[in-house]
This record gives sequence, structure tokens and C-alpha cells, in this order.
Amino acid sequence: MVEQLVFYALSGILVFAGSMVVTVRNPIHAALFLVLSFFTTAGIWLLLDAEFLAMTLVLVYVGAVMVLFLFVIMMLDVNLVVLREGFSRYLPVGILIAVLLGLELSMVVGASQFGLDIVPAPAHHGAGYSNIEELGSVLYTVYVYPFEIASVLLLVAIVAAIALSLGEHRKNRKGQRPEEQVAVNRKDRVRLVQMAAERPDSDTP
Amino acid sequence: MSLMLNDFLPAAPEIFLLSMACLILIVDVYVPERYRLVTYQLSQATLVVTAILVMFLYPTESVLTFSDSFVLDRMGSVLKVFVLLMTYFAFFYSKEYLRARNLFKGEFYLLGLFAVLGMMVLISGHSLLTLYLGLELLSLALYALVALHRDSTAATEAAMKYFILAALASGILLYGISLLYGATATLDISELHSAIGSEGEGRNIVLMLGLVFVVVGIAFKLGAVPFHMWVPDLYQGAPTPVTLFIGTAPKLAGFAMLMRFLVDGMGGLRGDWGDMLVLLAILSLAVGNVVAIAQTNLKRMLGYSTIAHMGYMFLGLIAGTAAGYAASMFYIIVYALMAMGSFGMIILLSRAGFESDRLDDFRGLNERSPWYAFLMLILMLSMAGLPPFLGFWAKWSVLRELVAVDMVWLAVVSVVFSLIGLFYYIRIVRLMYFEKPTDHSAVAAPGDMRVMISTNALAILALGLYPGALMAVCISAFAI
Repeated sequence: MVEQLVFYALSGILVFAGSMVVTVRNPIHAALFLVLSFFTTAGIWLLLDAEFLAMTLVLVYVGAVMVLFLFVIMMLDVNLVVLREGFSRYLPVGILIAVLLGLELSMVVGASQFGLDIVPAPAHHGAGYSNIEELGSVLYTVYVYPFEIASVLLLVAIVAAIALSLGEHRKNRKGQRPEEQVAVNRKDRVRLVQMAAERPDSDTP
Repeated sequence: MSLMLNDFLPAAPEIFLLSMACLILIVDVYVPERYRLVTYQLSQATLVVTAILVMFLYPTESVLTFSDSFVLDRMGSVLKVFVLLMTYFAFFYSKEYLRARNLFKGEFYLLGLFAVLGMMVLISGHSLLTLYLGLELLSLALYALVALHRDSTAATEAAMKYFILAALASGILLYGISLLYGATATLDISELHSAIGSEGEGRNIVLMLGLVFVVVGIAFKLGAVPFHMWVPDLYQGAPTPVTLFIGTAPKLAGFAMLMRFLVDGMGGLRGDWGDMLVLLAILSLAVGNVVAIAQTNLKRMLGYSTIAHMGYMFLGLIAGTAAGYAASMFYIIVYALMAMGSFGMIILLSRAGFESDRLDDFRGLNERSPWYAFLMLILMLSMAGLPPFLGFWAKWSVLRELVAVDMVWLAVVSVVFSLIGLFYYIRIVRLMYFEKPTDHSAVAAPGDMRVMISTNALAILALGLYPGALMAVCISAFAI
């Protein structure tokens, strides 16, 4: 009973946060709502005894990915007016399509196909159950092949990112050249200029 | 459960390819710019050795390993050998083009190798998870390859369009996979097949929705109408060697993806996906062949021609027999060979600052170089499906299998559209032989490139005269 209440509370917050992500005006607020939705999802996963996944979601997505995301949003000067142009014009069509999609999907993947009588709720594990142990025991045995492929995927992402961002601009690459830094002279960096002393304005203290 | 050495053996070619790719990645960093050829030669050697390994491991029966997420079977081995062969040709054709444009960098070959690895994983995928990961590995490498020419706005635009639409397609495919998992509670292809039942006993509405999403996702990736919008822009905008690469080897992997998902996994729903493929095939044939007529850019025209050829490839799958699948496989291999030659010709005739990708650039080619005009004639007539070239046998075999299952009307429709398609292939022949050249410069291509492209085009003629061997390979791939 309590569990159901917690579930509905978390789900309610999740749906609210999810819809806020796509509707709020300020992209920083949207990112923060995304953090909230990640956090509540982690809570729902905890209800499913998946404590490791819940922790990873908070640590990796909230702690690292979203913070990076916020940096990017703050650094990019996004023109909100242009982005939101036509929002109200397309809103009725968008809502209509979203409602139709939702109805159609609920007919197919609703309770008639995935109700509790067809797909029973997962049973709770005992106190000695460890989610990490369960994951670890299959990750490097049963799923070792997909796991390795996923790691190659990340390697390709690194190669691609470096090739695209450095690529043809290898010569303008920013980096330190210690030997030049050591060999530098005072006269290369500092220039003394003779100039008349300036009188501060009378109204400034 | 523990992994023994024998469990790794079926995947030896993939493991070798990955190890070499990582080695080349390190070698490439330390090799000075003027010895960049080392990266190229190592990549080519890797492809050759991998192909030899695949042939060495040619199986007599299907072998499953890595907890049934990897399958080594004859269809996969044949496709892998052709993927490696196509990539070898693609790297070869690209060398001079990239050098002339200051794009000759290790990343091109590295990303190419990783794309090949993705294709091999996809071809050998025996679980929805590995199929998806292979597809993503392939796609990710291809996005970067398209965008590699940073100074070209056309390439950057093509890369953006390709990336966004392909990412959307991945999402759709993944949603379909999740529905299939929801309906059958398994990711394994064989278990999926038995959960559905060989005659579709387990058919329900969730499975159907999953099937629709999977078919849409695959159609997106293959560029079948109505999910083809990105194909012409990508083909035109990407650097020609990249277009050549995307237009050949990944099509074979796409065929394998269709086979693994639809035939191996959801063979019981053949009636349902057969109807969807009929729709996709007719639309692809119509749009591909008719819109290609209006093109003035050869790369774009070949893009529409790809769309039409995907339509023909579907025909064998629609027939739904082992012979039909073999015919489709024959078709896709033949198509890749022809596309290889056609894009190779564009590269051969181009030089720095001149892409040679407009139809007008082929005007009067016969006066500039009768030999290359003849090779292009072979390629275009083969694409159009005229005997005695290889393209004719490809079309003939899929149509024969359609007639064998009493789908004469579909065969007639596709013949009508190939007659329409004949027009734009013949137009190039007319331009080459019956028009005056506007550009009189001699064809400047290095000797090895001339030999390769001649081999490529003459192979299409030779295999067209003796199509039995290649056909027999395709039929034997489905014999077990």
C-alpha cells in the first residue's frame, strides 16, 4: 500500500517534470527539470530493487552528464525567440497528434496486453539480494560480447569526435610547449610604456 | 558459465579486425605525415587477412557462441567476404581522391575499419541487442566519415541530415525491439522465432506493432520509400569515396539485418511483413526510377537508383522462399559491385577542384577516352538490367522467384518500372557516345586505379556471361 503510494507520487512527479522539460521557456529550467525526472526515475528503480542502476543514474546522469549539459547551454547563446517561433501556431496540431498517438499506443500497449494478470509484478528479493552482484555475474559472461561491442562504440565515438574537431586544424592546435615557456625572456613579455600621469575624475572617490 | 577458446574461434575474424584497428590507431599517431600510406597499407592488409580468416572458417552448419548472441553461418560468411572485398575496393578507389584534396588521413581508414567491424557484428548478430549494437557501430562510423571533409558545406549538411534521420530511425527500431521484447520476453533470435511460432501462432497486437516499428526502422536505414528523403542529399553531398563506401558494403549489411530480423526472427509473421515489403518495394521502384530521370547530378541520380534497387532487392524477400532469399542476396551483391564501379568511374574522372559528378561531365567521354566510355557503358547497361550483363541476371533471378510463388502482377509492375529506369541509364550512354565533349582534358588517373576499375567493370561483364558461380554461392548460403 505504502509502496503504491510512493510509486504514484514518484510517477506523478516524473510525468510533471517530463512535460515541464519540453514546455518551459528557459533552457536552464528545462535542464533542471530533466535532473528532477532522472532523480524520480532513480526512485522508481529503487522500488524495483535495482539499487545499483538507481545510483548510477544519479551519479552519471545527474552528476556528470546534466552538469555538462548545463555548461553547454550556458555557453551557447541560444536565441529563445527564434526557437519558440510558431510554438502557439503549431500547438493545436501538436496536441491533437500527441493525444491520438497516446490513445493508439494505450490501445496496443495498455492493460489489455500488459496488465498485471498477463505480466505479473516482479517479486521482491530478500534482504541478502545484491543488484551489483547479479549484474556483475552476467555482464562479463553472458553479455560479454555486447559489452565489448558497446566499448568499441565508445572508442569510435572518441575517434570520430577527435577527427571532426581537430581534423584539419591540427596546426592551430592549442597546447603547451614547455621548452618555449622556459626559454622566454622578460623583454619578450613585458613592455614598459612612458605616459603622463592621469588625474582621477573629481566625482570618483 | 565460462568462455573457452573454442567459443572465441567463430568470431576470430572480428577479433582480428578489432585488434588490428586498435593497432593502426596507435601506429597512425606516431607515423609522420609523409608516411601516411602506411596506415592505408595496414588497413588493406587487415581487410585481406580478415577475409582469409572468414573463408577459412566457412562453416558446414550454423555455430552459435557468446551465449547465442553471435552466429556463424554460411549466409553471414558469404556476406562478410563481400563486405571486406567491397571495402578493399572502396579504400583503393579513395586513395588518390583523398590525396588530391588533402583529406588523406588515417581517420578515414580507421573509421572505415570500424564501420566494417560494425557490419560484421550486424551480419553475425543473433540477438536483438547485438544486431542493434552492430548497426550503431556502423552508423556512428559512417556519420563521421560523411562529415570528415569539414571545409565542404555540402558534406556537413549531408552529415547533419544523415545523422538526424538515422538517429530517428535508430530510435524507431529500438522502440520496435522493446515491443518485441515486451511481447516475447526474449532478445534471442531463435527464441523469438519459436515464441512467434513458425506459422505465427503467437501473433498478437503488441508483436504486430513491434514488427511495424522494426520494418520502418530498417526501411529508414536502407532508404526505401517513403523513408528515403536522406538518400539523394547524402549521396550528392558526401565526398565521392564516402558515397562509394556507403553505397556498397553497408547495403550488404542491411540485407543481413533484414534477414536476421524478419526471416530468422519473425519468419512466422511472413504474411504480415510480406505485405509491408510489397508496399515499400512498389513505392521504391516508382519513386526511385521516375525521380531519377529529373536529375542532373550523377551522384544524386545514383542515389535515386539505389532507392529503386532496394525495391528490387525486397522482391526476393517477398517471395519468401529459400530460393527467393538467395535471389535477393545475389541481387544485393551484384548491385554493390555495380555501384562500386559507377562511383569508381566518378572518382577516376575527377581531379582536385573538379568533381566530375554532373551528367554533363560525361558528355563526349568516348572522344576523350573510348576505353572508359566502354567501361561506363557496361556499368550503366548492367544497372539498367540489360543482358548479357550481370545486372540482368540479378533482376531475372528475383523476378523468377516472384513468378514461382504466383506473384506475377508484382513482377509485371517491377518490369514496367525497370523499363522507365532504362531511360536514364541509356541517357548517360547517349551523352558519352553521341555528344561532343565540352572538356577535352585527358583522363588523369594512376595506373593501378585504371587496372582496378577495368577489373571491376569487366568482372560485371564476365560474371554476366557466366552468372552460375556467384548464383551457386548464394544458393549454397541458404542450403543449411
